[in-house]
Amino acid sequence: MKPRHKRFVFIGLGLLTLGVATVLVLNAFQSNLVFFFTPTQVASGEVPQGKSFRIGGMVEDGSLIRESDGLTVRFYVTDTAKSVPVTYKGILPDLFKEGKGAVAQGQLGADGTFIASEVLAKHDENYMPPEAAEALAKAKASGAQQSKSLVVPGSKKESL
Amino acid sequence: MIPEIGHFALILALCVAVVQGSLPIYGAAVGNSALMAIARPAARGQFFLVLIAFGCLGYAFAEKDFSVLYVAATSNSQLPLHYRLAAIWGAHEGSLLLWTFILTVWMFAVTLFSAHLPDTMRSRILGVMGLVSMGFLLFMLTVSNPFERLIPAALDGRDLNPLLQDPGMVIHPPMLYMGYVGFSVAFAFAIAALLGGNLDAAWARWSRPWTTVAWCFLTVGIAMGSGWAYYELGWGGWWFWDPVENASFMPWLAGTALIHSLAVTDKRGGFKVWTVLLAIMAFSLSLLGTFLVRSGVLTSVHAFATDPKRGLFILVFLAVVIGGSLALYAWRAPRVGLGGSFAMVSREGMLLANNVLLVAAMGSVLLGTLYPLFLDALDLGKISVGPPYFDSVFAPLMAPAVFLMGIGPLAQWKKANLPDLAKRLRWAFGVSLVTALTLPFVMGKWTPLLSLGLLLAIWIVTTAVVGLRERLAHVDGHGLAGRLAAVPRSYWGMLVAHCGIAVFIVGVTMVKGFETESDVRMNVGETATIGGYTFRFDGTQDVVGPNYTAARGTFHVSWDGRETTILYPEKRRYPVQNQIMTEAAIDPGLLRDLYVSLGEPLDDGAWSVRLYHKPFVDWIWGGCLIMALGGVLAVSDRRYRLAWRKQEPAVVPSARTVRRKVA
Repeated sequence: MKPRHKRFVFIGLGLLTLGVATVLVLNAFQSNLVFFFTPTQVASGEVPQGKSFRIGGMVEDGSLIRESDGLTVRFYVTDTAKSVPVTYKGILPDLFKEGKGAVAQGQLGADGTFIASEVLAKHDENYMPPEAAEALAKAKASGAQQSKSLVVPGSKKESL
Repeated sequence: MIPEIGHFALILALCVAVVQGSLPIYGAAVGNSALMAIARPAARGQFFLVLIAFGCLGYAFAEKDFSVLYVAATSNSQLPLHYRLAAIWGAHEGSLLLWTFILTVWMFAVTLFSAHLPDTMRSRILGVMGLVSMGFLLFMLTVSNPFERLIPAALDGRDLNPLLQDPGMVIHPPMLYMGYVGFSVAFAFAIAALLGGNLDAAWARWSRPWTTVAWCFLTVGIAMGSGWAYYELGWGGWWFWDPVENASFMPWLAGTALIHSLAVTDKRGGFKVWTVLLAIMAFSLSLLGTFLVRSGVLTSVHAFATDPKRGLFILVFLAVVIGGSLALYAWRAPRVGLGGSFAMVSREGMLLANNVLLVAAMGSVLLGTLYPLFLDALDLGKISVGPPYFDSVFAPLMAPAVFLMGIGPLAQWKKANLPDLAKRLRWAFGVSLVTALTLPFVMGKWTPLLSLGLLLAIWIVTTAVVGLRERLAHVDGHGLAGRLAAVPRSYWGMLVAHCGIAVFIVGVTMVKGFETESDVRMNVGETATIGGYTFRFDGTQDVVGPNYTAARGTFHVSWDGRETTILYPEKRRYPVQNQIMTEAAIDPGLLRDLYVSLGEPLDDGAWSVRLYHKPFVDWIWGGCLIMALGGVLAVSDRRYRLAWRKQEPAVVPSARTVRRKVA
């Protein structure tokens, strides 16, 4: 092979790898992107059926109920305008509390209950998952209702 | 007083960095040796100044000086001393100080081990590192000063996040930063070569050990972070494809590609332009990682205060470094020239394929990490890219790279013969294939992925054996031991590092294939069985730690009626931040880990409990350590030691003549 031909082969192989990588990436994106919705969007039926997505907001005060098996929990996630019932079977993260922000991933059941496969932890008292904070902020902006206790992240210095 | 000394030392260090970043580079350009000679004392001076600053901050933590804002924000009077010291890098400002400190450590090391480098080269390298450190010092002094005072002083500190109060915190960040920042040396070598316009095999030989050492640190740092997450977060996972993990993994992938590409530049003089690009890429990704983690765009335990000024500064700094070095690359790279030609099937060809695959994998990780950020920044919706994406892209790209890993070391440089290679490797392939197909059945479960993982792992080991045997046939030495000793350390290093990958793959494959977990409600005295082990819950009792209170559970674990171990998982409450923490209990073993963590207390002393049986999970980290060990072996090879020793100055004047000769 002449050097010029060889270079073409190399470039061709490089492009092939790139192509394969792109196909893999697109394919994986197609099936594995998880979108985020606010409880208001869930209530208005904007969410996909039979596909996994995330919701975020505040865990409604006094809504946490534990089933008799000790593992299944039910609670409401609210953005102060609308709230969505959620069930989850498993161990909740350490910082899961009523009146605090939470993000859950899962699917919407036929009866409108969100069946969570995962509940995400937040990392300290002042911190709210940005998705949850945004859901609250959106609901507030649309004038639905006053947010009760929107905790803004990153306010460490003032509270010292 | 002490914090002011630290602050002042940082200001002085900035002044030194400005001098170090300008005069030696200018001196190298015009051939002024007096200006070039500034580089070495300046780098050492900077090291001592930043050391003083670092020591001052450490002193403030040790003495509980809560009039320093940073100390008050990240420690507490009840925090034990070793965690107070680790709290130096417990948040944003201190981590940056650690970053800069480690950068000056590397600079200092360059001044120690660069006697054999030409003056121009050394002054350019130290100059470039001075510029990088100038950026970081400027950043600290303008928007993130760790010595900022809090007047009046706080009565007590806000405490270190309980998640970070762990031995892992003492070692993981410094290790990781040694790796991140270590790539700045390779970067400085590359920029120096571009500035000088001469890039030869000697250049590659000089920068190889530096890159390998940085890579070893990064490997260990990532492995320790992963192990820490495994036992501390209480979910039993070892890798979450969390953006912060990806931020450390991308420089690792680029660095791995760089090590292999440097080998070609060193041995064959090829891939020069590509090597330089990889060096720029590895360091840029380290900076990007720092930006992602420290600017607060990502949310995780690693993200600290979100101050837009800081984010902006890092972004601009990033743009200047990456943009500037790529512009320099575009301008000067054509002068560097191409290496010798080679055939498709040759060691160069295989290493090229390895590089392309590693960089493609790195690109896919980069895309998955940044894409959600872009969408969010452009207000196109919030999405998250989870582990399934990374698993389904990363594994198919890495599998062929691992397969080639078995063949590459056996192929000749320049041109290899495919039928000949097939003949030499047919036994290795046969053994791997048969074992990989039958072993899962013996273990009682077969899936394609299980077989594939085992195939790749056994393939690496068997080809390493074939390679070693052929190598032994060609070296001189008395008896087997003599011949084994005659094999160069760099070759051993490569074999060991590759086998580390094999161990890692076995770990991942076995954990994915055979792990069992269950979340259960357990009453006192109740038992649960998982993976053949029976766990009996004997209730909890209250214990008091130095700065927390905890409920400690007792679990008797038995196998076949015989007691294996007793595990004591805890649920801790840290009163200062009123935070609850799960402390898992693990019984580690070569072949399996048993893992128990407490969920929540239920009525009548019952608890919700998470139980895991994880076969071979420790192989994952063991593999990483073996990889790093391989790197250490490679660096200790004679050819590097000779290069250093030969030109080591016995007396100063003679050193100068030697250096001139080399230049």
